[in-house]
Order: sequence, then C-alpha cells, then structure tokens
Amino acid sequence: MEFKFAIEGGNFSKAGSASSEVKKILKQLNVNPKIIKRTVVSLYEAEVNVVAHAFEGNMNVDIDTDKIVVKIEDKGPGIPDIDQAMQEGYSTASPQVREMGFGAGMGLPNIKRNSDQMNITSKVDVGTELEIINYFG
Amino acid sequence: MVKVADMVDRLNARVICGSSDMDQEIQFGFASDLMSDVLTLDTENLLLITGLNNLQTIRTSEMSDISFILFVRDKKATEEMKELACENEITLIECGHSMFRACSILNEIGLQPVY
Ligand SMILES: Nc1ncnc2c1ncn2[C@@H]1O[C@H](COP(=O)(O)OP(=O)(O)O)[C@@H](O)[C@H]1O
Ligand SMILES: [Mg+2]
Repeated sequence: MEFKFAIEGGNFSKAGSASSEVKKILKQLNVNPKIIKRTVVSLYEAEVNVVAHAFEGNMNVDIDTDKIVVKIEDKGPGIPDIDQAMQEGYSTASPQVREMGFGAGMGLPNIKRNSDQMNITSKVDVGTELEIINYFG
Repeated sequence: MVKVADMVDRLNARVICGSSDMDQEIQFGFASDLMSDVLTLDTENLLLITGLNNLQTIRTSEMSDISFILFVRDKKATEEMKELACENEITLIECGHSMFRACSILNEIGLQPVY
C-alpha cells in the first residue's frame, strides 16, 4: 500500500497531520502498538523538521506485510554536515520553532533510536531526503 | 497510582474535555514544555504536565499514546486543541498552580516520576 502526504514548510498548525494519518492506517492494520509508537514518533519529528527547517516536502509511505518504509523529502536549505546535525543538542532552529516545543536538537537522534533503519541524504540549497524503515515482526 | 478524579480534586482543576475517564488510575507524571523530550519517553500510563498550550502539545501526546494532559498556570487550550484532543480521546485538564506546585501536590498523592 502506498500513500503520499504533503508537508508545508512553516505551517505549524498542520505539523503532525501526515504522521497522524499514518498512525490511523497502522492502527487499522493492527500493527503492534509499540511499533506504531516508534514509527509515528520518528515520522512526527521528521515532519516537524520539514515544517521547521525546509520550504515544502512530501511524506511517501509504503506499507508491506512485514515493514513500513517512509521517505520524507523536502525542498529546502539542506544539511551541510549530517554528522553534526545527528548530534544530540545541535540545532539551528529559530525561536519560533522553540516556542512550539522543538528546536533542542533532539529530533534526529530520537528518529535514529526509534527506527530500525534510518538513511539521510542532503544537498545544500536543494533539499533533504530521510528514509525510515521499521519492521513489524 | 492516582485516580484522575483525585488529581483534579486536589489540584482544584477543571476537566475541559474527555471527562469520561475520571476513574482511571495513572502511575507516572512527566513535566516538560519541550515536546522533543516528551517524544523520547517510552513510559505507559503517564500524565503530561505542561505550560505549553499549542497544537503540538496535543500532536505530541497523540504520537506518544499519552491520554492525559494537565496545563498549569491557567494556560487555556484553544478550540482547535480541544477538537484534536477529543478526536484522539485525550483528556485535557487545566489548573492555576505553577508547574512546581502542581508537581509537588501530584507527587505527594502518589504520582511517580519517570526518571
Ligand atoms: N529537513 C531539514 N532541512 C534542513 N535542515 C534540517 C532538516 N532536518 C534537520 N535539519 C538540521 O539538523 C538540525 C538538527 O535537527 P534535529 O535533531 O531534528 O533538531 P531540531 O529540529 O530541534 O533543531 C536542525 O537544527 C537543522 O539545522
Ligand atoms: Mg527537529
């Protein structure tokens, strides 16, 4: 099953709506609640990153019998140094993002903890692509 | 374990949506305005105590399977927040105490810290 959700940069009132849709689908499929939580926590932090740091993006979801593969791709400033961005506490977030309860540099490390596989590629001034894979078994 | 009804009573608080689960017992409390931190928890049966009243508070709770949120310092949930909370069967509670006082009262009546 494939699904695609649009993510608007800067629109905090919609941030989380794509992840919320994915949660509903996984619940309907009776996926283990612990795996649902790991997955949607990762997706939500990734979605917030597009809203907080990029201009626009998409969440592409592919659900198989044994796993979920999600690609979050955005057009935006990109990440110049991914190793640095992955470090707990590193953040370039604006004060507005911090007012929303994010921007402490905890998102990417938490996505890594909550996913079985995480792949991130980025081009400065073009955009970022983040792939998250979680297995149901 | 503390009954939601007892917490509401001791805090002089108001349940502003989802008042059907007043008999539920909650084991843990976690106080934070940092949603990224809340998203690192893997504790079940938890009350989120926060002063952050925006939609992301509700979204974070939805993703984290948190069913009870206490807003301190008379922070008011907006209509949009209430709607999203109801949709996800999240109970919203408001009280006038500071975060520190609310936490100390809740701890006194048996709510446990996560760490
Ligand atoms: N989609 C993205 N586009 C551009 N930069 C990003 C993106 N995602 C993350 N980053 C960069 O990586 C940093 C760390 O991200 P994260 O760990 O989620 O923390 P936070 O979002 O709280 O700053 C961000 O501050 C930002 O500089
Ligand atoms: Mg982030």
